[in-house]
Amino acid sequence: MKKWRNVQFVPLGDSSVLMRAGDGIDESLHRWIMAVMHLLESRRFEGMIECVPSFAAIAVHYDPLAVWRSRSPQERAHEAVFDTVCARLETLLSQLPDQEENSRQQRIVTIPVCYGGNYGPDLQEVAQHCGLSAEEVISIHTSGLYLVYMIGFAPGFPYMGGMSSRIAAPRRKTPRTGIPAGSVGIAGAQTGVYPLATPGGWQLIGRTPLALFRPKQEMPSLLRAGDQVRFEAINAGQFMEWERERGG
Amino acid sequence: MSLTMIKPGLFATIQDLGRYGYQKYGVAIGGAMDEPAARAANWLVGNRDTEAVLELTLTGAELRAERDLWIALCGGDMGAQTGEGEVIPLWRPVWIAKGTHLAFRNYRTGCRTYVAVAGGLEGDISMGSSSTYLRGGIGGLDGRTLRAGDVLEAKPITGRTIAIDKLVTSPSGGLKWPLWHAGGFAVAPREVHAVRIMPGEHQHRMTAEAQRGLYERVFRIAPSSDRMGYRLHSDVSLKLIEGMPELISEPVVHGTIQLPPDGNPIVLLAERQTTGGYPRIGQVASVDIPVFAQLKPGDCIRFYPVTLQEAEELKLESELDMDQLRTIIGLKLYGNK
Repeated sequence: MKKWRNVQFVPLGDSSVLMRAGDGIDESLHRWIMAVMHLLESRRFEGMIECVPSFAAIAVHYDPLAVWRSRSPQERAHEAVFDTVCARLETLLSQLPDQEENSRQQRIVTIPVCYGGNYGPDLQEVAQHCGLSAEEVISIHTSGLYLVYMIGFAPGFPYMGGMSSRIAAPRRKTPRTGIPAGSVGIAGAQTGVYPLATPGGWQLIGRTPLALFRPKQEMPSLLRAGDQVRFEAINAGQFMEWERERGG
Repeated sequence: MSLTMIKPGLFATIQDLGRYGYQKYGVAIGGAMDEPAARAANWLVGNRDTEAVLELTLTGAELRAERDLWIALCGGDMGAQTGEGEVIPLWRPVWIAKGTHLAFRNYRTGCRTYVAVAGGLEGDISMGSSSTYLRGGIGGLDGRTLRAGDVLEAKPITGRTIAIDKLVTSPSGGLKWPLWHAGGFAVAPREVHAVRIMPGEHQHRMTAEAQRGLYERVFRIAPSSDRMGYRLHSDVSLKLIEGMPELISEPVVHGTIQLPPDGNPIVLLAERQTTGGYPRIGQVASVDIPVFAQLKPGDCIRFYPVTLQEAEELKLESELDMDQLRTIIGLKLYGNK
């Protein structure tokens, strides 16, 4: 492992490095991650393949042969390809603007959700657990502004922060074997949306007619790290209308 | 029409070298499990290594050539034969006549065989790749595993025509092949496969006994293993030290060895998820990842430690070897013509 200022460089195998700047989930760390992602993607180094952001770290995937073949005379003194990659990343990081740029606008994405009933079979249970009415759970869930920290676990699945602790509820004891795509759930203090039909243990409070994974579009995920999300309650009629539009 | 799938066998998909650049959206890389075998198969029929190939699993597949074709079979040995019982050799270009029946049902070694066709197989291209990604329902043929009756198309050949000197012709006349081959690039069969690994960042979350056990025990491939990951069982599960703070999700890569609470490690492979929250106790050296592609449930492995620098050197050497293989195959295919 190498270190540059407060950034750790941890090898993740022989073809990628994890750049980590903390070990928690917080917004200022997230802003740093987003700024570094932007820097890496706009100023790719020779041999870099792709970067994957998470809460507190970014994985940089590289082709060791391409890095090795593109070494500068100074870089030839390095003992390992990993050292060359770290040196290139340090150079990039040292050019990170100190001040937070506002040029990268944070998108706010509104996700329509039909709460309760067949769409959210666990809404009552969550309400009971929290000592609230179903309407109160919906009102708290729709009043929040959620930050997408990262996409992972499944294509298009957002890890979001910002849910009110008043509607936190534990996972189901027995996971469901099939959860429909678009299901909106709560697990502990987290809320999320399942992009694909999958088994899972989240408490389901509603469902969105929006497709979170859209492989035919240029950006295959409705959401990306750094987006803000707002949920908007719709009724079953509106849900079906949305679905029809999507189908047509 | 190029090939008709008469029977898919255990599991058959179209794969290329994977889908890069979309992990940040949670999209798996995917692609051929045994990358060197898939690349070699493509080169052997004059394709670029990025063309789509057929990935067959274990046994049972049957195909029919709908026209005269150059094909190459690389990877595991499933005892490929024609309808007349003629053996189809592996790791070399093979000319097959229209109507030839190819059956893969005399399993010998390995777990995955690649079938490359001159020109490259057609597949649904999604995000720059035609690799079948089952979870995402994209790539290959409608994003699914292949079924009986599926027709596989090959793209027109754009490069030079293959002109190999001194071909051997099978008794029926239905097959022709050269004597040379690239079999040296196959994963060799072993009683217990040696897999070289680097320490994982969270290896110290294991008990001292488990840290020793990782290198001392023989692990068996569990039946629930698939293209996403191989699950490993040994006599005793590897224990994590209790009461450690939970990890937050971080990116994972091919060859990451995760240890879930049940104590049975998982080696992440081609169609792995992009991030994970289990402790990472080790990391397979890239050059040994194809070993897993050729292991079937019940097969055994043992881990041996290497340093990052050693793993890098192995990787660079193997890439240079692959470069050389490509050059030599090119000379053999086109000769002086």
